[in-house]
Amino acid sequence: MRKTTKFGLTTAIALIMGSSAALAETVKIAFIDPLSGPFAATGTNGLHQFEFAVEKLVNEQGGVLGGTKFEILSYDNKTSPQESLVQLQVAIDQGAKYIVQGNSSGVAHALTDAINKHNRRNPDRRVLFLNYSAVDPALTNDACNFWHFRFDANADMKMDALTDVMAEDSSIQKVYIIGQDYSFGQAVSAAANAMLAEKRDDIEVVGDELHPIGRIQDFTPYARKIIASGADAVITGNWGSDMLGLGRAILENGFTGPIYTYYGAADGITAAFGETGKGSLRLVAEGQINPPVSDRASEYIEAFKAKHPDGNISQPRITNVIEMLAKAIDEAGTADDVVAVAYALAGLEHEGLWGGNMIMRTEDHQLIQDVHIHVHTNEDITFDFDNSGYGLMSENNIVMAGMDSPTTCQMDRP
Amino acid sequence: MDLIFVNLIDGLVTGLLLFMLSAGLTLIFSMMGVLNFAHASFYMLGAYFAYQISLALGFWMGLLLAPIIVGVLGAGVERYGLRRVHQYGHVPELIFTFGLALLIEEVVQFVWGKNNVPYNTPEILQFSAFAIAGNSIPAYKIFMIFISISIFIGLLFILTKTRIGMIIQAALSYPRTVETLGHNVPLIFMGVFGVGTGLAGVAGVIAGPTLGTFPGMAFVLGSIVFVTIVIGGLGSLWGALVASLMIGWITTFAASYNIRFEDILLAVGFSMPENMAESPFRDIWNMTTPQIGPILPYLLMVIILVVRPHGLFGKRGA
Repeated sequence: MRKTTKFGLTTAIALIMGSSAALAETVKIAFIDPLSGPFAATGTNGLHQFEFAVEKLVNEQGGVLGGTKFEILSYDNKTSPQESLVQLQVAIDQGAKYIVQGNSSGVAHALTDAINKHNRRNPDRRVLFLNYSAVDPALTNDACNFWHFRFDANADMKMDALTDVMAEDSSIQKVYIIGQDYSFGQAVSAAANAMLAEKRDDIEVVGDELHPIGRIQDFTPYARKIIASGADAVITGNWGSDMLGLGRAILENGFTGPIYTYYGAADGITAAFGETGKGSLRLVAEGQINPPVSDRASEYIEAFKAKHPDGNISQPRITNVIEMLAKAIDEAGTADDVVAVAYALAGLEHEGLWGGNMIMRTEDHQLIQDVHIHVHTNEDITFDFDNSGYGLMSENNIVMAGMDSPTTCQMDRP
Repeated sequence: MDLIFVNLIDGLVTGLLLFMLSAGLTLIFSMMGVLNFAHASFYMLGAYFAYQISLALGFWMGLLLAPIIVGVLGAGVERYGLRRVHQYGHVPELIFTFGLALLIEEVVQFVWGKNNVPYNTPEILQFSAFAIAGNSIPAYKIFMIFISISIFIGLLFILTKTRIGMIIQAALSYPRTVETLGHNVPLIFMGVFGVGTGLAGVAGVIAGPTLGTFPGMAFVLGSIVFVTIVIGGLGSLWGALVASLMIGWITTFAASYNIRFEDILLAVGFSMPENMAESPFRDIWNMTTPQIGPILPYLLMVIILVVRPHGLFGKRGA
């Protein structure tokens, strides 16, 4: 009996070792994001951008460590934190060393917490969390940890950039803040109020309100209030159909000033706004698409559009995730020891595909990069969104936005 | 003061749009005694069909053709789906329409994707009709009002002044008697279902460009339509109109004015709790009308059901 157990155990170990030897051939990156449900379009589009970036920027360039290729494994989390944790376990079991996720800060909080615990309990199977889109400031402040790296500018940094630009525009005297009634909408409102007060105390916030998320059929009454308040500019963190409905109602009912948004582009929104949004709609984001920054960037977009004619490069930061990870692995000389890779990634400087220098801040693992204010237009647009002829043109560039922004992060380093 | 007038117009547009949906639904409801859960889905189909047609033939052909296609589709659903299910009673009918609503949403996502589609107002109507104190009223809104009112007058005329309208009304109340008199009642039912869904299609065609054409549009509007017909009274066209306008104005005015509950409660004579952070009623004190605006129609429905179970203009109970 004991012999059998021993034999079984040896076989099992041999099998595990055999499989881990096979796994070592590629660097496995687990993509955990919604691939079904209401946000499937955003998730799928992100997956395509990751697969393309890995192929084009790493594998076609000869891989890392002198020939090791990257591989994207995709897992559907249905935007649910619970489901994400299940998928995280599956991904780790399948040999993934790097986890990428971006849609929903709620999911990111669950993942960063779970990964922190997993790494403490399993020192030999540690993984890194590369967050490419979840912008809740807490992730690099109170809830930060050594394993989490954020490649998008966080909500406060974006608001910082936005208010910098607004502060210089003396035609803006009155601002209306409106958002969806949940944590992100509240965070945007709080940040906007605090930063406007600090930078331009003569700006009056004439309205600050939250509406039920996904339940408003017609935004016209809100638009009337905004116009009646005499606002010169509107700030909103709305996304999806709430973004489109609000923006359209405001513009159709006679508002002509700028509407500053976080998510007013791509995934059908650019096409649906079309001529209506021209000149008014602004978007704060990293990554400059128009005018193209270099031939290399143009070639990249053209090749992506050839492969995914209906897709958009809506999240330019994805190329930074892949390029910086490849760099860090080469610098560390290993892809398996994620602690070494994490130390290489922290403080890593990089010149992005979309122009500008960036640095992964060591204190909180927040990428410091240029943030742009884009305007929705069809003039001089080289690369449009949604094949609509309309796209985002970079209007302002805030170099190294939020470089000296404070952080409350206190990291335990292994 | 000027804003009140603007809000009256906006509420009228919302209300009339609701009316086009509820008019068909209320007729179908009184005819079969079953909620057609898929009614708002036909509204969505109207918008998507019109978008597809407008790409090839322009907006006006979309306005003309899409409701007809939706109506024929609706009639087909009645003839080959509901009529068969009908013999098993009301519950299977309910489940059938519920399943149909889910199916239509999935099909729409499959064909047109999950994003918003760029379905826009025709260029000829992209101007501001007039402005009241800086609030411009888009010409398209006037056009929406015009279309809805013509449909209401047309329906009212057909139902009350023509022979076919009288047969329909009779068939709604006394189907067996009408059948005995030699009329083809199943055909009438199919026709009413087709026209009802066609009306929902018209609503979709004209609402799509302003409210957005996306797979969730049926869900956003779906439940409010049921509320409308319950408030108005089942089977009553006038009831549907009055209830739609009421809901249109209530939701518009609630969203337009930031009236704080604090002010209302203080005015009524309540005193502010000293320690707000620990008061169990903190949420009530902090509420504003735009926050509760979307639930006001449901509140109204509950009150109507308690006070007047057959609705404002209805002849029998829900």
